[in-house]
Order: sequence, then structure tokens, then C-alpha cells
Amino acid sequence: MDQILFFIVAFLAIASAVYFVFAKNPMYAILSLIVTMFSIAGMYILLNAQFLGIVQIIVYTGAIMVLFLYILMMLNLNKEDESKKENLPKFVGIFSVCILFVGMLGAYKGLSGTTVAESNIDYSVGLTKNLGRLLFNEYVLPFELASILILAGIVGAVLIGKKDL
Amino acid sequence: MEYFIILSTVLFCLGVLGVLLRKNAIVILGCVELMLNSVNLLLAAFSAYSGDGNGQLLVFFIMVVAAAEVAVGLAIIAMMYRNTKSVDVSIFNKLRG
Repeated sequence: MDQILFFIVAFLAIASAVYFVFAKNPMYAILSLIVTMFSIAGMYILLNAQFLGIVQIIVYTGAIMVLFLYILMMLNLNKEDESKKENLPKFVGIFSVCILFVGMLGAYKGLSGTTVAESNIDYSVGLTKNLGRLLFNEYVLPFELASILILAGIVGAVLIGKKDL
Repeated sequence: MEYFIILSTVLFCLGVLGVLLRKNAIVILGCVELMLNSVNLLLAAFSAYSGDGNGQLLVFFIMVVAAAEVAVGLAIIAMMYRNTKSVDVSIFNKLRG
């Protein structure tokens, strides 16, 4: 049952990612990226990473993708804006990505004997209580620095977007 | 477990393909987000399978960084559009030899 669910969600993620990469209309592409984000959140739930699944839906789908949609709707884009690409860079790009894919898969060849047995998996790692305990005991400094990073991002974004400095 | 690694690799390579092939700046930024998500998935899978919570915390911090980066990146794209009325990245070739 777990395997079947994994394959359904994985197929949905890959299909919507493929449509996102190859869609001509940017609005449809961003909508299919939203479907990809939801399916990755489903993957997190399958791993019992509950905190990450909820944060993925709230932060990635609910904030970042909505920001993409705002910007996309603010710009008046025609559908056929990208028709001027030559063939040679396209083929070189596809070929190099295929080499990257095969190379990365080749790096996993020696891994099949070292995985954790299914009965030994500790499913309490992803619970919010355990992650929160870890976050506020060992990772307090990165947590505070992350808030300063977000502040820098806000100031930078507003400053870049101003009409007159 | 191997299936998670393969899924993450496929999503990452799709992201790289999108960055190389597309010319719309917003779609390129979205492909960078796709790559970040694939790495997040891999980290969460390894963390769940080895019982260590550090991987999932790293995913949390990666999400924070990705949010800030998308905000600044979209501000840059808005500026791009305001100056040239287009988000095609191939018209920004002044540094090309």
C-alpha cells in the first residue's frame, strides 16, 4: 500500500514537473509547478516528516508560488515570447543533462547493500515535537540568523523595486 | 529508499534542463526552485531512514533561504520588466563578447 501510494505521488510529481519545464504558456507552467509542490508535500507526509509537509504547503505553495503568480499576472506577457531559440544549444543542453542524469545514477550503484531495513526505521523523527526540541536546543543560533536573513531579503526586495532611490 | 533517490535525481535533472532550455526569466527561477525541492526531498528521505533529525532541520533552513531568494529574484525580474518591457533573458547580452 505504501509502495503504491509512493508511485502515484511520484508519477504526479514527475508529470507536473515535465509539463512545467516544457509548457509554452508561463501561467500554465506555474500552475503545474504548484501541483509539483503539493506532490512533494505528499512525499514528505509519506516519510512521516509531518512538520516539513505542512511547512512545504504553507511556505512554498502558499507564499512562494503565490508570489510567482502575482509577478506573472503583473507583467503582460504574450504566450509566444520564446520562439527564437536555435537548435544547437538545445541539443547540447539536453545531451549534457542526460549525461548528468546517467552520471548521478551511476554514483548510486554501490548503495544497494547499505540501506536501513524497513523494520528499523524510526518514524518519530519527523514529529513537530522532536524537531522543535532539536531546533531550539542545538540550532538556536541558525534560527535567529535565519530571521535576520529574511529581514535582509525584505529590505533588499523593497530597495530593488523602488522607482526612485 | 532507492526510489526516493531516483525521484530526487529525476526532479533535479528536470530543473537543470529547464534552466538550460527556457528563456523566460520567471520559469528559470521556478526551475531553480524545483532543484531546491528535489534536494529537500533527498535530505528528508535520508533523515527519515537513518533516524536523524538534523536533515529535516536543514530542509527547514533551506526553505527559509529559498523564500528570501525568490523574493529578491522576483524583485529583480520586476525591475527587468520595468526597464525593457520583456522578461526574455536573451536580450540581456551586453556582457557577451
